[in-house]
Amino acid sequence: MAAAEFDIPEIKEFIEIPKLREGVMSHAKSFLAPKPVQDYMGYPHELGEDWKERAIDKMGDLLGKYRSLKVFLDACVHCGACTDKCHYYLGTSDPKNMPVARQDLMRQVYRRYFTTAGKLFPKLVGAKDLTKEVLDDWYSYYHQCSECRRCSVFCPYGIDTAEITMAGREILNHIGMGQKYSNEILGKVQKIGNNLGLPGPALEDTLLGLEEDIEADTGVPVKMPIDVKGAEVLLVTPSADFFSEPHVESLIGYAKVFHAAGISWTLSSHASEAGNFGLFNGNYETMRKVAMRIRDAALELGVKRIVVGECGHAWRVAYSFWNTLTGLGYGGNDPFSIELQKQLDHNYPQPQHICELTNDLIKAGKIKVDPSQNDDLVVTYHDSCNVARASRMGDMPGGQFIIPRELIKSVANNFHNMADDTIYESTFCCGGGGGLLTDDLMEVRVKGALPRATALNAVVQEYSVNFMATICAICKAQFTKVLPKYGFDMSMVGGVHQLVGKAILLEAVDKTDSPE
Amino acid sequence: MIFAGTFYLATLLLVVGLVYKIFDYSRTPAPLKIPTTPAPITQKGVVYRMAKEVVLFESLFKSNKWIWVFGWLFHFGMLLVLIRHLRYFITPIPEWLLFVQPFGKYASIMMVVGLLGLLARRFLVDRVRYISTPSDYLMLVLLIGIGISGMLTTFVVHTDIVALKQFFMGLMFFDLQPVPEDPIILAHLTMVALLMVIFPISKLLHAPGLFFSPTRNQADNPREHRHVAAWAARLDQNN
Repeated sequence: MAAAEFDIPEIKEFIEIPKLREGVMSHAKSFLAPKPVQDYMGYPHELGEDWKERAIDKMGDLLGKYRSLKVFLDACVHCGACTDKCHYYLGTSDPKNMPVARQDLMRQVYRRYFTTAGKLFPKLVGAKDLTKEVLDDWYSYYHQCSECRRCSVFCPYGIDTAEITMAGREILNHIGMGQKYSNEILGKVQKIGNNLGLPGPALEDTLLGLEEDIEADTGVPVKMPIDVKGAEVLLVTPSADFFSEPHVESLIGYAKVFHAAGISWTLSSHASEAGNFGLFNGNYETMRKVAMRIRDAALELGVKRIVVGECGHAWRVAYSFWNTLTGLGYGGNDPFSIELQKQLDHNYPQPQHICELTNDLIKAGKIKVDPSQNDDLVVTYHDSCNVARASRMGDMPGGQFIIPRELIKSVANNFHNMADDTIYESTFCCGGGGGLLTDDLMEVRVKGALPRATALNAVVQEYSVNFMATICAICKAQFTKVLPKYGFDMSMVGGVHQLVGKAILLEAVDKTDSPE
Repeated sequence: MIFAGTFYLATLLLVVGLVYKIFDYSRTPAPLKIPTTPAPITQKGVVYRMAKEVVLFESLFKSNKWIWVFGWLFHFGMLLVLIRHLRYFITPIPEWLLFVQPFGKYASIMMVVGLLGLLARRFLVDRVRYISTPSDYLMLVLLIGIGISGMLTTFVVHTDIVALKQFFMGLMFFDLQPVPEDPIILAHLTMVALLMVIFPISKLLHAPGLFFSPTRNQADNPREHRHVAAWAARLDQNN
């Protein structure tokens, strides 16, 4: 589906803060979800007579359920600290892509219907009636936010625009304006088991093919087991890993790690997807239903550990929410949680990130690697937003920055960071996260990638970097599509376990003391 | 007597409004763990993070040095000024308050300079101008008005502060005394009363709001502790 023509922004030496150009992105609208998609999700597919009342009612409902929304809508003082922090503003110069202005699209309505000042003096405090015009702005601009939380790092009150975007999308869904891309995926993951709609038999075929490829390539029979009861580890990974390039290279990397370490593992056809688009739409119950597949698979297969593959928002949901949503974790005293906890191996964090697992194995000498296998590469690392600002790895704050870099440096000899204000907690989103990875939003995606492309270009110029590693399926898909528009080669992008897979020594391992 | 009534009413609205808002924030659940990471992993760490936000405006410092300088000058100037104002409500005046007196007097300059800087940004920076509503400007003008009228009574046209103190002590002990008939102090007091009234229904709620912000006040420990809101826990029972 070709989107309208647009200019590709020019990469400058530094990331520049543009002058405002009002309304330049108001035309960007992703396709609305059609009737069957909305029906399955239990939402209407068109605005009814009473859409306004329903929208206000839903907003009231969410205000009562989410402290974040209530506090964030009240607390903003319009100081302007966030105005130059969003990659979509930096790339498009549309003022409604400034985090505060995006929030104000909802805040103006909140003030009008829920606050004394807005009911009495709407003009004075910038309160507005909810009109069709305002609603169209919501649909447009709440789908130009990747919920990356960069603004929340810099807000003096920690206001997270992602929370407001999620609430906005939930209200839109509730009155019949769902987004086709995200809602179709939410249907597929619940009906078939993964976001790509890949049925079990097709998945098994794909895995068999990959096993043959690895054996032809290395001479070692590395397996990719699926639905194996009694395996030690259940690996939950984004379905893009099964057949997209470069994602599949990381899947091969995970399989080699398990093989070399002698850990028995399995995938699950029921839970053949780590991604959870329920997060993007801000619906707790949808997010919970999608997450329950992993709990169900873990109970069914009787695994002792749950490990998550390279996926940014999936890791946020897994790390931060699985325990809350499904009792997958520790500390729950209720029967629901205990049922799963008693099955898990308490020597490991649950869930565990594949980078945590591999890094620990390398440090403990349980797997051996030869970093010179990656000597043709000069590597940099893109911190994915949900990993960086909404989760952790390891046992100390900031482990999510340290562990992937430690791992890369142990499997590759040439590594350089991008500029400090574009990595770690200040990392720039790839431009395709949060439910925007669809061709109908290509202009938003390309322009939103400008800050990252600028930072990448700087290390390409200075250090001849030729590979950007990342641990997110969306980042990989977005960059391979969008970076070529800025003149980069798409093969520059790949997973951390793509590097691991190249460097790992499959035969040099002493298997005698492995637990299997 | 009009002033006495105004202040009783303003105090009532401020206290009732704020208590209600704080009650409302605290009864609203935060169903998910959403600290902006890297975040502290213990409650003690959270207290330290919040303290840095409240005292040093840490996130704002990371974000924008101009807003930080002006914002910090304004807020800490105002804090010193407010502490100094305690002398109108306490008898006898304790030693430490006498010590604060000169600092509190000159802190008013900090406060007004900070406010003027923030106001200037609303006119000069196109991004901030775009997001500013009339109330954003008026709020700054009101605070500058309070600051300047207060400075006038301290540095230029001295008010009868003995009579002023009698007025406030009278208010506190329900033994009403006349307010000094000085136009500058009357303007100062009127603007303060107005500020008290709008506090609980405006963006000034950022003050209590910060303490309830889940991205700042939650510990990062979701793998170790199960966090479930009451409305969400009911979903577990259907499984």
